[in-house]
Amino acid sequence: MIELLAPALLAGLAVAVVAGPMGAFVVWRRMAFFGDTMANSALLGAALALALQVNLYLAVSAACLTVAVVLVGLQRQRQIADDTLLGIVAHITLALGVIALSLQDSVQVDLFAYLFGDLLAVGWSDVLALWAGAVLILALLVWQWRPLLSITVNEDLARVEGVAVTRTRLLLMLLLALLITGAIRTVGVLLITSLLVMPAAGGRRLARTPEQMALFASLIGLAAVTLGLTLSWYADTPVGPSIVVTAALLFGLTLLRRPAS
Amino acid sequence: MTEALVTVDHAALTLGGQAVLEDVSLTLAPGRITTLIGPNGAGKSTLARLVLGLARPDRGRVVRRPGLTLGYMPQHLRVDESLPLTVDRFLWLAAPGRTGARRDALQRTGVAHLRRRAVRQLSGGEMQRVLLARALLRRPDLLVLDEPAQGVDVAGQDALYGLLGQVRDETGCGILLISHDLHLVMARTDEVVCLHHHVCCSGTPEAVSRDPAYQRLFGTHGMANLALYTHQHDHDHDLSGDVHGGHTHDGHHHGGHHHD
Repeated sequence: MIELLAPALLAGLAVAVVAGPMGAFVVWRRMAFFGDTMANSALLGAALALALQVNLYLAVSAACLTVAVVLVGLQRQRQIADDTLLGIVAHITLALGVIALSLQDSVQVDLFAYLFGDLLAVGWSDVLALWAGAVLILALLVWQWRPLLSITVNEDLARVEGVAVTRTRLLLMLLLALLITGAIRTVGVLLITSLLVMPAAGGRRLARTPEQMALFASLIGLAAVTLGLTLSWYADTPVGPSIVVTAALLFGLTLLRRPAS
Repeated sequence: MTEALVTVDHAALTLGGQAVLEDVSLTLAPGRITTLIGPNGAGKSTLARLVLGLARPDRGRVVRRPGLTLGYMPQHLRVDESLPLTVDRFLWLAAPGRTGARRDALQRTGVAHLRRRAVRQLSGGEMQRVLLARALLRRPDLLVLDEPAQGVDVAGQDALYGLLGQVRDETGCGILLISHDLHLVMARTDEVVCLHHHVCCSGTPEAVSRDPAYQRLFGTHGMANLALYTHQHDHDHDLSGDVHGGHTHDGHHHGGHHHD
């Protein structure tokens, strides 16, 4: 059992630990729908990787990042409201991704695994790649924490105080793209947003500072992955959804407590 | 004369098809308090944004002294419900470093007791003082304050303007102040610039208050109040109610007419 579960657990933990602070930014900046749209475009990246025979992770992060940058560009126009635009792009990319994957007749593609994750299928090479990504994201977050938080509180003040606002915003999107890339083999592109939002929302109830909130979110995510995997093992339920349900339960528990501030 | 901190040179800016600023020039010098007055929607905040580098002019130019440190106190700052943030952490964003420096800055603006409070729970007046502390913490060469007296009671306003004078005297920084209620501000300022999309008139408070362009913009009633204020400092309370209710709305229905 442990041989089978160890890589799955380690891979899930790598995603959860990063999803804590990244989820906090998603919640603070109201980017949940934006993250969802990026995650949907991951499927297009996966199709691209198969068609061009390139590395899956590389293609997926490139696709997510491209869509993110295009979205930010499109949001500058004032004809279509932001959430309408996201709704359109999210489903176009999802539809195109599914079509592109279905056209790959040379390879057997498990669409279900991409959408809802297949944690039990990950190998040690995935674990290594995921932890390398997690360490990279955490290092960049720590290094750029103050500018990132500064533009989240108020972009005008940040700019006056010398923060490179556009560059910092791009960095945040790059980090989100990297995280979503990690999701495609673990919890799936449709479920990653919930792993971003729920632990952060739970962390909010317990925290008095932004740093505490990010930390609590990570802890809730780690617990959700561990308990969700256990649930899936004993109840024979799909792993990704089990983790999401566990995260929701943990979030529910935090609602019982009065908010810290 | 000392080098100007910021020079706005014949700047024009159109936003959403509306000419907000037309051919505006302004020089901000160290050690001087400049007050920008004008009715609501006259382009005061936009001009401040040009000075701060938050907006660029369509025509003309804005030159900032190289290496200029800016302090900015925006009109409003709303922190999202989802973001837990203490006052101390909020100040840390502007200037990381010793806790002592943040405590001193808060002490300065009279809100040291709020350091551990959540930013979201502050009242309007408390928030203004915290914002000022944050701006001061950076030891700015130029301090830009957009309607700093909003949400502050009259006694607090008096203290606030007193504090700004002190800061100017001690650090020699330049200050750009935006106000639509001119009475309290006039007596404390070196230069007044009266703005209504273009600079109507500018100069010392006395000179501006006698200027026909100013009188057209604010009415002679405003002038009477100003005189009252400069002579009777201790009657602030009655005045302020008058100021808020009376002028800013009734006095300023200019519509499109210009007075060149």
